[in-house]
Amino acid sequence: MTDAPETASPPSGAPQSSNRWRRFAEWDARPLRHDLFAAENPEAGFSVFHSPYDPAPSLSIEDGQVTVMDGKAAADFDILDAFIAAHHIDPAMAEVAMAMDPGEIARKLVDINVPRHELEALARGLTPARLAEVVGRLSALEIAFAYSKMRQRQTPGNQAHVTNAKDDPLQLAADAAVTVALGFDEIETTMRVASNSWANALACTVGAAVGRGGVLFQCSIEEAEELQIGLAGLSSYAETVSVYGTERAFIDGDDTPWSKALLTAAYASRGIKARCTSGAAAELLMGFHEQRSLLYLEARCLCLQRAMGVQGTQNGGIDGAPLTASMAGGVRELMAENLIAVWLGLECASGNDCRTSESEIRVGAKITPYLLAGSDLICSGFGSIKKYDNSFNPSLFNGEEIEDYLLLQRDFQTDGGLTPVEEDQVLGLRVRAVEALGAVMEELGLGTVPRARMMSVVFASGSEETVSYTPGEVTPISAAIKARGLTAIDVVRALGKRGFTEEAENLLLMLRQRISGDYLQTSALVRDGRVMSAINDPNDYRGPGTGYRMPEERWQAVQGIRNVLTRERVLAAENVVAGAGGAEVDWLVAAGPAQKGTGHHEVVIGVSPAFARQLHQTTAGHALVDVVAALVSGITAGGGTARLVRMLHTADTSFLGLAAARLSGSGFGIGIQAKGTTVLHQADRMPHMNLELFSNAPLTGLDHYHALGRNAARHTFGETPEPVVVPTHGEALGARFHVRVALLYAIETGLIDPIGHPIELAYRPEMRAPEAAQ
Amino acid sequence: MSVKSVSDLDLYPVAEKAPERVKTPTGKPLSALTLEAVLAGEIGAEDIAITPEALMLQAKIARAAGRATLAENFERAADLVGVPQELILDTYELLRPGRAGSAQELLDRAALLRRDYGAERVATLIEEAAAVYTRRGLFVKRY
Repeated sequence: MTDAPETASPPSGAPQSSNRWRRFAEWDARPLRHDLFAAENPEAGFSVFHSPYDPAPSLSIEDGQVTVMDGKAAADFDILDAFIAAHHIDPAMAEVAMAMDPGEIARKLVDINVPRHELEALARGLTPARLAEVVGRLSALEIAFAYSKMRQRQTPGNQAHVTNAKDDPLQLAADAAVTVALGFDEIETTMRVASNSWANALACTVGAAVGRGGVLFQCSIEEAEELQIGLAGLSSYAETVSVYGTERAFIDGDDTPWSKALLTAAYASRGIKARCTSGAAAELLMGFHEQRSLLYLEARCLCLQRAMGVQGTQNGGIDGAPLTASMAGGVRELMAENLIAVWLGLECASGNDCRTSESEIRVGAKITPYLLAGSDLICSGFGSIKKYDNSFNPSLFNGEEIEDYLLLQRDFQTDGGLTPVEEDQVLGLRVRAVEALGAVMEELGLGTVPRARMMSVVFASGSEETVSYTPGEVTPISAAIKARGLTAIDVVRALGKRGFTEEAENLLLMLRQRISGDYLQTSALVRDGRVMSAINDPNDYRGPGTGYRMPEERWQAVQGIRNVLTRERVLAAENVVAGAGGAEVDWLVAAGPAQKGTGHHEVVIGVSPAFARQLHQTTAGHALVDVVAALVSGITAGGGTARLVRMLHTADTSFLGLAAARLSGSGFGIGIQAKGTTVLHQADRMPHMNLELFSNAPLTGLDHYHALGRNAARHTFGETPEPVVVPTHGEALGARFHVRVALLYAIETGLIDPIGHPIELAYRPEMRAPEAAQ
Repeated sequence: MSVKSVSDLDLYPVAEKAPERVKTPTGKPLSALTLEAVLAGEIGAEDIAITPEALMLQAKIARAAGRATLAENFERAADLVGVPQELILDTYELLRPGRAGSAQELLDRAALLRRDYGAERVATLIEEAAAVYTRRGLFVKRY
C-alpha cells in the first residue's frame, strides 16, 4: 500500500505546514476555548483560598467587647470589622470556638455524629479568617458533603429567572406560569428598561398565580423602587441587598452595613422576605480587593449578613462566578463560600446562576455537587427562559437546557426542585396566563390586549418569535400602575371579577401569608399554600437514612420526563407481532429440518429465532426482507449460492454464524440477528474468532450487507477479500439504541429452544408483502 | 398557670398553628381575607400588611430557633412598621455613604425616630453608625 503519506495530511489534502499535533487545532475549535483562565496573583487580587495578605485568625475580647479581630485592633476596624465584631461575634462562644483546633472543627463539619446546631453555635464564635481557614481544609467532596449536612431547610428548592428582551408583559405572564408548573419556588424578574419595573412585576404576579400558584416572586431593581413594589404587594421577596467584602467596595456600592441593615429591617417591616447577595470576586471586579483571597473576603460578607440579621443569602460567586471559575480551584471556592453561608445558619440561594463557561461539560459538572447535596435554592436564578431573553445575563442553566437538568435529577435520583411538564399542560397554562393578564389589564384600565398578541406569545419559545409589546409600549403601562397606586388587591379583584377565580385565590393566598410573617423565617418558601422553612422543615441529616429523601410520589414525578420507552412502546414502534407465536411471513417459509449442504460455493445464512417472525426490522430501520435481499444478492454477485436456515437453539451472533457455517457446503456461513447484528464465520473456527462482524447494527446499511454477502462468496473461492468496515463517528450508540436493543433481544432469547434443530427456510422474495418494502 | 412551657417554635407556622395570634393592621383575623370580601370591597391594600405584634412573635420564634440576630432584625422591623415609607427611604438614603454631612444629622434622625415612633432599636443602630462613620470619615460628599 502506498497511501501512508496521504493519511498523514490534513483532511483537505493540504500539506502539513506546522510542527503541531493536529488534535490541538481540534481542541482550539471547541467551545471551551472561549473560556479564559487566570493565573494566581495575590497582588492583583487573584488568589482563591488563601492570599499571603490574608490576616491570621485571631480574636481578643475584653469586658465583652472585641478588641482585636483577625489581627486588627478595634481602633483600626473598618466598617465591616466594626459591624461583625459588634453583631456577629458571640463573646461566650468565641472563647470556646477560637480555642479549638481548626482541623478538629473541619472534621466536625463532615462528621455525621456532630449535629448541625452544634456547628452553627460554634460558627457564632468564629472570625471570618478562621471560618475561611476551616473550610479551606476540606476537599471539594467534603465541602459538598458538609453542605448537605449544614444546609438549612430539609426539602431542596430552586429559583427561576423570568425575563424577556422586550419586557413584554404577556410573555412574562406566560413564562411565569410555565415556571411555576416546572416546580420553581421563587421567580425573579428584572427589566431591560428600568422604568418598566411595575409592568414586569404585575405581569409576573399574574402569571405566577396561574396553575399551582404559591411561588415567591421578586422584581430586581433599585432598592427604593423595589421596596415600593413590594409594598404594593406586587413582589414578595427581595434579594438585591448586596454586600461586599472590603470597605471601599462597599462604599463604591453606595452602602454601608448600617444602611443595608436598615433596608433589611425595612423589608421585614413590610412583610417582605429578604436575602442579601454576595459572592466571590465582586470586590475584584469592583477594583477594591485589598489583595485578600476571595474566600476570606466572602467570609467577611457572610459574617456581616448574619450580623445584620438577614435570614439568608444569595451566594456563590453570582456575578463574579465566571471570574472565580477562571482561577485554579475556583469552583471549589464557590462551594466553600456556600458552606460558610449555611454554617452560619443562613438560607443559601447557592449561585449557579451566571453561566461560568461555554463548555457544557463544565456547566454540568458545576451543578452536580449541588444536585447531590441539595440546597435551599439550588440556583439563585435558573434561566427558565432562553439565553437571549435573560435580562440578568445567561444563567448556568437556561430554557434551552431544562430537559438536561431534569435528566440529571433522574440520573442521580436527586431532587433539583424541578418537575417535568407535558406539552398540553404547558400550552393550556400559557393560554390561561395571557388571558388572565389581558383581563387584568382591561379591568384596571391599562389597555386592551389584542388576541393576536396573546396567541403570538402562547406558542413562542422566546421573544424573537413574538409580535407583541415592545419596551417602549410597556413604559406608559408601567408608569400608570405606579402613578395610580395599583396594588395586588386590585389585581385579585380584577381576576375575581373576570372569572379567574383560581388565580385570584392563589394570589390572595400569598398576600395572606404576609400578615403572619411566616415566610420571613430562614429558608422559607410556600408550597401547596403552606410555608416550609428551616423552622418546620429543618435539615436533620445525621447519616444514611436521615435527611432529605425524595418521597415516592415526588420521585415518580421526577421520572416523568418525555419519551421514556416502555416495552409496549418499543414493540409497537418496531412493528413487533404480539405473542410468541409470531406469524410467518410469506417470503421466508419453514421447509422442514435443515441438513448440511454440499455445494462448494454455498453460503448458509443462519437467522435468529425471531427473525422475520416477531421482529421485522434492524435497529438501523432496514426491513429484514431488504437485508436478506442484500445478503443474497451479494452472495450471488460473488459467485456463491445462498441458503437460509433458522436457528432455534441460539440467538447469539457468533453461534448463529458458526452453526450456519457448519451447515454450509463451503464451510462459510453468515449469522444474523433480527436487530441486524451480523457475523461472517467459518466452520472450523472458535466461536468468537469470526472472519467479519457488523457489531454496530444501527449504522449498518444495505450496501454493507451486500458487500458482506459478496465477501462470504469470495471466501468459498479461497480468496481473502478486504473485510467490510462499517465506519462509526463516535455516536453514543448505547445511549441511542440499547433500550430498544435490550427489549428486542429479549424477544429473541425468549424464543430459544436449546434442543431445537435448525429449520430450512424457503426464500421467496417475490412473495414479499407490499408494506414490507420501505 | 401551666407548669409545662410551650416552646415558641410550636407556634410556627403561625398561620396554621396560632392564627388567632395575628391580625391585619385593621384588626381583621386571617380568616376574613377571602376572595368574597375582596370582591365586596371589604378588603383593601391597607389590610395586606404585617403588624409589629406579628413581627415580635416571629422574633420570639427565631430566638427559640437559636437565631438571635434574625430576631433582632424582626424587632427592628417591628419598630419600622409605623414609620412612613418616605421616612424609611429617606433614613436609608441618609445612612448611605456621604449623604449625611455630619454625625449630628444621623443622631438627629435617630432622635426623631425614637421620639415620634418609639423606634428605639432602629435609633440605636443609627447611633452606632454615626460613631463608626465618624471614625471612618464617611461624611464626605460623593456627588
